[in-house]
Amino acid sequence: MLDFLKEPVQAAQEFFLLTGRAVRNIFRSPHYWDDVAIQMDSIGVGSLPVVVLTGFFGGSIMALQMSRALAAYGSVGKTGMIVSLTLVREFGPVLTGIMVAGRNSSGIASELGSMKVTEQIDAMRALGTDPVQKLVTPRLMATSVMLPLLTIISDFVGMFGGYLIAVFLLNLTGRQYWASVWRALEWNDIVQGLLKPLVFAIIISLIGCYYGLRTSGGTQGVGRSTTQAVVAATVLIFVMDFLITKVFVWWAGIQS
Amino acid sequence: MPEPAHPSVLRFERVTVSFDAEAALSDVSFEAFEGESRVILGAAGSGKTVLLKTAMGLAQPESGKVFVFDRDISKMRERELFQVRSKIGMLFQESALFDSLTIEENVAYPLLNQASIQCPAADVHPRVQQALEFVELGGTLDKFPSELSGGMRRRAAIARAVVTEPPLLLYDSPTAGLDPITAHTIMALLIKERDVSQTTTLVVTHRYQDGNLIANFRYNSEQGSLEPVRNGTRRNPRTTFMVLKEGRLIFEGSQDQLEASQDTYISKFVKQRV
Repeated sequence: MLDFLKEPVQAAQEFFLLTGRAVRNIFRSPHYWDDVAIQMDSIGVGSLPVVVLTGFFGGSIMALQMSRALAAYGSVGKTGMIVSLTLVREFGPVLTGIMVAGRNSSGIASELGSMKVTEQIDAMRALGTDPVQKLVTPRLMATSVMLPLLTIISDFVGMFGGYLIAVFLLNLTGRQYWASVWRALEWNDIVQGLLKPLVFAIIISLIGCYYGLRTSGGTQGVGRSTTQAVVAATVLIFVMDFLITKVFVWWAGIQS
Repeated sequence: MPEPAHPSVLRFERVTVSFDAEAALSDVSFEAFEGESRVILGAAGSGKTVLLKTAMGLAQPESGKVFVFDRDISKMRERELFQVRSKIGMLFQESALFDSLTIEENVAYPLLNQASIQCPAADVHPRVQQALEFVELGGTLDKFPSELSGGMRRRAAIARAVVTEPPLLLYDSPTAGLDPITAHTIMALLIKERDVSQTTTLVVTHRYQDGNLIANFRYNSEQGSLEPVRNGTRRNPRTTFMVLKEGRLIFEGSQDQLEASQDTYISKFVKQRV
């Protein structure tokens, strides 16, 4: 009767097993540092243009939209505050996460999927290498380091976009804007603004690897895995964002 | 107890392998001894590739036991398996060369990554060069697999399989998808490797003529070519044929027994003979 649950439960189990092995391998030799560096370059440096562009326009849009709402209360001066809070807490991590998921979850899934269907994963095992150690762990490590850094860059670029709007369209002074940006931020915001990309990085890399490694059915299967990886990673980013936000809101409630 | 003349290299004991509740191998038992050649015939989907992958520990048996060099690998953990796998060379069906690495890096891969091999860094390049010259691909070190033809890729993959000089070699459909001339070149390489290094060889194929070459030809190192075996008997007694049908081992025996078989499935393979 519960047969329909079998597949998702099994998939979840396989995903958590892969996660466990990937994390355990961080502390076990051999370490493939070359692969970590290559992945950092591909995931981090490669994603920089798209992250900068989306961050910049994200911040600008936020400043434009919020200034209209704030004008109703005569508080246009607080635009910087709204921009920095939304960017650091939500917009920066989620926007960056989704961009990198679209770019890298798909890339990882298609690369590993192609390797799977051409028996390169089997060959790797046959030639003395653990594919999780060689392929999954470097991607997990690289994404976990690069995504928080990309998020920081995205946050700053977004604030800069907001600054341009504030100064040139809202007639605020630069000092007014940056002071409001700076005052708004608390440690709590910084912590959640950095914790979120770390969790998203784990989702992006491991979902990509998971769908890639379970690919079957030739090139058609690679396409299917790629799509599934992007969809699953994006949905999970939102779900985890909700859960983390809920914890922080609850925590802030206790503190006050 | 005296040592047997030819120690056991690979032994399957009632091995069943399933994927998604479907049996890919059912109750397969056989034993291969040192220096022996085995030709495994079967139609597509008969479990030939699964048999080779099970012998390497790449697929886990659901029941039964697999012994490689008298060590039971059926319950081994992945890390323990690496040691066993370092003694086995495998040619995968589609070559399975790593796309992102050059031919030199591909062939050097087992030397650098198999923990039990421990090849000194200075020896890697000469051994890679030697393995590539063995397959007559000495000038392709810096090329990527995508720059080579199908036959050349297959030869590079053979170089990668033999570079560590493993005593057991598994070839998965070495001639699949190749033209007859290239296919003959590949088979000649297989026989050369078997006769030069005295390796135990398992060849999976759907072409009877591949098996015929293995059973009746040997490599003449002076002339550098294949020649028919002429040792008084017509057949090389150290070649055994096996036939798989839908995951079951339905025949195991010599070429004469194979050709004498009345089974319609088996005789279909034998009749292909050119």
